[in-house]
Amino acid sequence: MAATKIHAIYTDDDLLMQAVKQTRAANYHISEVFTPFPVHGLDHAVGLAPTRIAITSFLYGLVGLSVAVAMMNFMMIHDWPQNIGGKPSFTYYQNMPAFIPIMFELTVFFAGHLMVITFYMRSKLWPFKKAENPDVRTTDDHFLMEVDADNHDVEKLTKFLYDTGASEISLIENEQDH
Amino acid sequence: MYTLPKNLKLFSIILIVVGLAGIIFGFLTTPKTIDDVKKIMAEQESHHGESHAVAGHEEGETANFVDEARGQEGYSENAMQHATDLKPEGHGAASHEEHVLHQLQTRPWSATFVAAFFFMMLALGALVFYAIQYASQAGWSPVLYRVMEGITSYLLPGSVIVFLIVVFAGTHFYPWQNHELVAEDKILQAKSGYLNFPFFIIRAVIYLLGWNLYRYFSRKNSLAQAETNNYGPYRKNFKASVLFLVFFLLTEATMSWDWFMSMTPHWYSTLFAWYIFASMFVSAITVIALVTIHLKGRGLIPFVSDKHLHDLAKFMFAFSIFWTYLWFGQFMLIWYANIPEEVTYFIIRIQEYKVLFFGMLILNFVFPILVLMNSDYKRIPWFVVIAAVFILVGHYIDIFLLVMPSTVGHNWHFGIPEIGATLFFLGLFIFIVGNGLGKVSLRPKNDPFIRESENYHF
Repeated sequence: MAATKIHAIYTDDDLLMQAVKQTRAANYHISEVFTPFPVHGLDHAVGLAPTRIAITSFLYGLVGLSVAVAMMNFMMIHDWPQNIGGKPSFTYYQNMPAFIPIMFELTVFFAGHLMVITFYMRSKLWPFKKAENPDVRTTDDHFLMEVDADNHDVEKLTKFLYDTGASEISLIENEQDH
Repeated sequence: MYTLPKNLKLFSIILIVVGLAGIIFGFLTTPKTIDDVKKIMAEQESHHGESHAVAGHEEGETANFVDEARGQEGYSENAMQHATDLKPEGHGAASHEEHVLHQLQTRPWSATFVAAFFFMMLALGALVFYAIQYASQAGWSPVLYRVMEGITSYLLPGSVIVFLIVVFAGTHFYPWQNHELVAEDKILQAKSGYLNFPFFIIRAVIYLLGWNLYRYFSRKNSLAQAETNNYGPYRKNFKASVLFLVFFLLTEATMSWDWFMSMTPHWYSTLFAWYIFASMFVSAITVIALVTIHLKGRGLIPFVSDKHLHDLAKFMFAFSIFWTYLWFGQFMLIWYANIPEEVTYFIIRIQEYKVLFFGMLILNFVFPILVLMNSDYKRIPWFVVIAAVFILVGHYIDIFLLVMPSTVGHNWHFGIPEIGATLFFLGLFIFIVGNGLGKVSLRPKNDPFIRESENYHF
């Protein structure tokens, strides 16, 4: 199946937002939007589901907290009981105030780093990956909206996109399946 | 235009009357002589004997909590002995009974002061929040200016009552006002340049004047802004707010030393002023959120959206964590260094007030963090109300734990004087804030940022 797409390029983020809203209202499907900077409210306008990264962040934080507790309990209490400032160190809770900063730090460390890694994986990003960006100008000052044209009249769609204010419209025929 | 609903007005008046009866009852029923104290102690002893068989085991455990945590038998007893030595009763009191008598006579004072200060700090914290909005030229918050001004209308009566209490409490609260004690205490003599009665009063008058003058002029300018077509009053308010914030940060620090830290004049903590401020600020923002929800529920502030509520809830969440950070920062350093004159502060609180001490941490940290963590929940009014109740109860306990262990020590109860004082000041707060909200339109017209605030969106 040849996937046919139309790339519409805009020169202004307000124009793009307007175009995205009109295109969705006309029941065309927007498969992707490329922008040089995050456009406020665009995710909502394109109809993307809200991010779930906050939930993963909370869970990673719990993992970090557990790791911190288990690690210090093993190191400082069981394996080699430490005498810090003359404090009794026979149970974990007796030394708890001294451990709280580490518990906090590892919670933040795990939540932060694992969240970034999760984000890269979900965005299909890794080192040396070739950019998927269809047009280099979207890294500078242009905005690109990619619209599915498979089941639509290309002429009509082009006309429609032109009316939304696109400065440049190109038809992309892609041989590989998506 | 808001008017205090009739049933709420009636409710607040009933609270005031009942609370006042409770306060007066508290003052009238304090023991007058040592014989009274002996009778009370004998009664407690017999009562204690009866319930001993049931509660004995549990009490044995609580009594040793500190010892156990330290892994050192008799540790807490030694430290507490040391603590009572530092108090006037420890020096001047002829007997244990006289010591108890003094503490029991202090109890209604402490009970009234806890509630009076708690509600006063809600108004004062709201005033600081208000000043920060002006000084930072915040774009999101002008729709809430009238709400904050309504809350700060309690500042004048509230601060006057607190002023009267700290001035007339005398040696009930402040052992350094006892001349015989100072005469034989080198540390207190060294501090007498700051801790002396005339200077104490002068400082209290300065706080009172500074805070209330800012409140008066900022309200006046804010109302004048609604009537003019230039930004003159707004500019004046900006300058006044900046000056007030500087003034407040200085006076808040000395206020917390004067009114709270000097209850145990040998003990000090460099973090103390910030700690009180954190409690004040988070409680005040919580009250702003509660009043906003109340007004929104009555449909009086349609220009306030759930985005504004979301931001207030974010502040509640953030400053709950900030409070915990300071609480822990103070606790850990003292716990770690373990210097006798410092640790007594926490030992009496853990030993005699264990449930409140640790319960407060759950109410002020664990509950707000869990209830308000999710972004969507911050926009649901009843969720915010639940978190607000936790935070306010928790910080009331926080003030209770600042005052009670330092003044009445072991002889604390949560009885008629405490409940009466809380009800009285709650009633007064509702009544005055309700009337303060009512006098003008709730929409601050002509504020330079009002349009931005109404369209606030993120």
